Amino acid sequence: MGTEELLPLYKKMLEIRNLELLIKPLIREGLMRGFSHQSVGQEGVAVGVCSALSDRDYITSNHRGHGHVLAKGLELKLVMAELLGRATGCCGGKGGSMHIADPSLGILGANGIVGAGMPIAVGAALAIKKQGMDSVVACFFGDGAANEGSFHESLNLAAIWKLPVLFVCENNLYGMSGPVKKMLLIEDIAIRAKGYGMPGIIGDGNDIEEVHKLTAEAVARAKSGQGPTLLEFKTYRWFGHSVNDAEAYRTREEVEEWKKLCPIHRLRDKLLTRGVTQETIERIDSEAKAAVEEALEYAKNSPNPEPEAAFRDVYA
Amino acid sequence: MTMMTQLEAIRCGLSEEMKRDSSVFIMGEDVGLYGGVFGLTGPLWKEFGDDRVIDTPISELAIVGTGVGAAMLGLRPVVEIMFMDFITLAMDPIVNQAAKLRYMTGGKIKVPMVVRMLGGGGLSVSAQHSQSLEAWFAHIPGLKVVAPATAYDGKGLMKSAIRDDNTVIFIEHKLLYKSSDEVPDDDYTVPIGKADIKRVGKDISLITYSGMLPKALAAAAELSSEGIELEVVDLRTLRPLDSATILESVCRTGKAIVLHEAPLSLGIGAEVSALIMEGAFDYLDAPVVRIAGKEVPSPYNDTLEAQVIPTVGQIVTVARKLRHGGCND
Repeated sequence: MGTEELLPLYKKMLEIRNLELLIKPLIREGLMRGFSHQSVGQEGVAVGVCSALSDRDYITSNHRGHGHVLAKGLELKLVMAELLGRATGCCGGKGGSMHIADPSLGILGANGIVGAGMPIAVGAALAIKKQGMDSVVACFFGDGAANEGSFHESLNLAAIWKLPVLFVCENNLYGMSGPVKKMLLIEDIAIRAKGYGMPGIIGDGNDIEEVHKLTAEAVARAKSGQGPTLLEFKTYRWFGHSVNDAEAYRTREEVEEWKKLCPIHRLRDKLLTRGVTQETIERIDSEAKAAVEEALEYAKNSPNPEPEAAFRDVYA
Repeated sequence: MTMMTQLEAIRCGLSEEMKRDSSVFIMGEDVGLYGGVFGLTGPLWKEFGDDRVIDTPISELAIVGTGVGAAMLGLRPVVEIMFMDFITLAMDPIVNQAAKLRYMTGGKIKVPMVVRMLGGGGLSVSAQHSQSLEAWFAHIPGLKVVAPATAYDGKGLMKSAIRDDNTVIFIEHKLLYKSSDEVPDDDYTVPIGKADIKRVGKDISLITYSGMLPKALAAAAELSSEGIELEVVDLRTLRPLDSATILESVCRTGKAIVLHEAPLSLGIGAEVSALIMEGAFDYLDAPVVRIAGKEVPSPYNDTLEAQVIPTVGQIVTVARKLRHGGCND
């Protein structure tokens, strides 16, 4: 990919990280409530996959979905306002962190139920096929979700009907606290694809160019009627499962080792070797910082929903 | 008007809607070539083909979840759960997704899906194929739940359910498939959320739905010869309940029986009783009486099973006691 293509992706990853880094302070300050699951360290997968999708394509996401929805095009301020539960949030403050959605951008939603996005993605792909739409659905889920029944049922269904789904597994080595070494006997989740008759592709989730390339190939397969692909991107989350996680299940050493493989730093280094100037990098760094700060200001200055909002939109 | 069975009427409603709206399609296990476990969908498959009547693997969770996703992109899936008992395998897409996605997204999403479920006992198909689980779904904000008991209501409610932009749980009863009544040939609908007084009577309001309706009417016929006139209120919709019709009836009669096949505790009867107590207390001559299934799983042996399901005799006994001033036993 050329540097003109990569620079916006670099900026997007930074924006995601900057937003995610605000979560703990916001919760401590009481401005944000409930659960939140940060994706710091996994930005390469969210941005890399979405960079190979078009406006016509769809995604389903999971509880660790801030990166996915931002990468798919949701505005920072709408996400931030939703996290603060404000009326101006993308869901009017009704959904919060785990339920961010915007169907007009093809975002069929983050989801608080592990594995729930997979059947929904299959259904969206069925609708795409039935209506002859030129679209695909990318379904984000983790290593933990690969053990849910929904994973197996959804892969089989998408495969037999040759539906345009990309099953994107972010293998970050841990479910909540369950290490993959304990919860799976296989090293690579991608080999399960063979059991359903679809290609299983493994990639370095922290190499955004590789993520983009493998995703684009899967998109092409899906659009040419060859059906779904299971993509497994190896990655790592720097923080605990959620804000309340003491991380007793892994060592600090392991975290530090993975930090060295940071997708943002690796892309930055690549860009510098490809002729992008330090000034440009620094400019983008401060733009990304300012964008998130602006979004936070917008959110903080937004009103709470009116009380009647609790009773709206139960039924269409 | 055409005389038809409820099975034929539901099929007719599906066929008309599938002709009217190309986004309507059916998905389920063995609905196509096999024709559906009781033969309901077979003729639809012959008429509309594989694309509109889709056979699925045995994957309830994925089937219903696929319905959710397809509905989110503008189609109108009618998903079949072969026996209501199997819905346990697909509770997440119904309860956590279909019922809540519109609310959680601040109104951005709608899930216009119909989930057909076949429930009810009396055929010796045992505990895992005979349940009446409607109370589970009637308890969930965001869902609508209908349970037609006649051919007329079956066709009319199917059409309404398909046209509704929400997820509608459409409950069918095995023993009602064969019951027949007159069905209009034209494009009519039955509104969701409206009960129907199937028999006017001045003495006792007998409120019921689904499989118990024929027994309610049989009991009413028997009691009429004794000078006791039952008013049979067919709920038709379980969520939202038509409290206006229920209360209007009870305020007139002063006595109420709620009758359902599902077990007594925490069933629809408990909700209707509370509603009547709250809204018609001053008009009641006696406490509301509930007649319901026994608190046991359905036994296989037919004599045993018959003990578990309310009978016409039980209804008659209760009504007599109620009419002549007695309370619950």
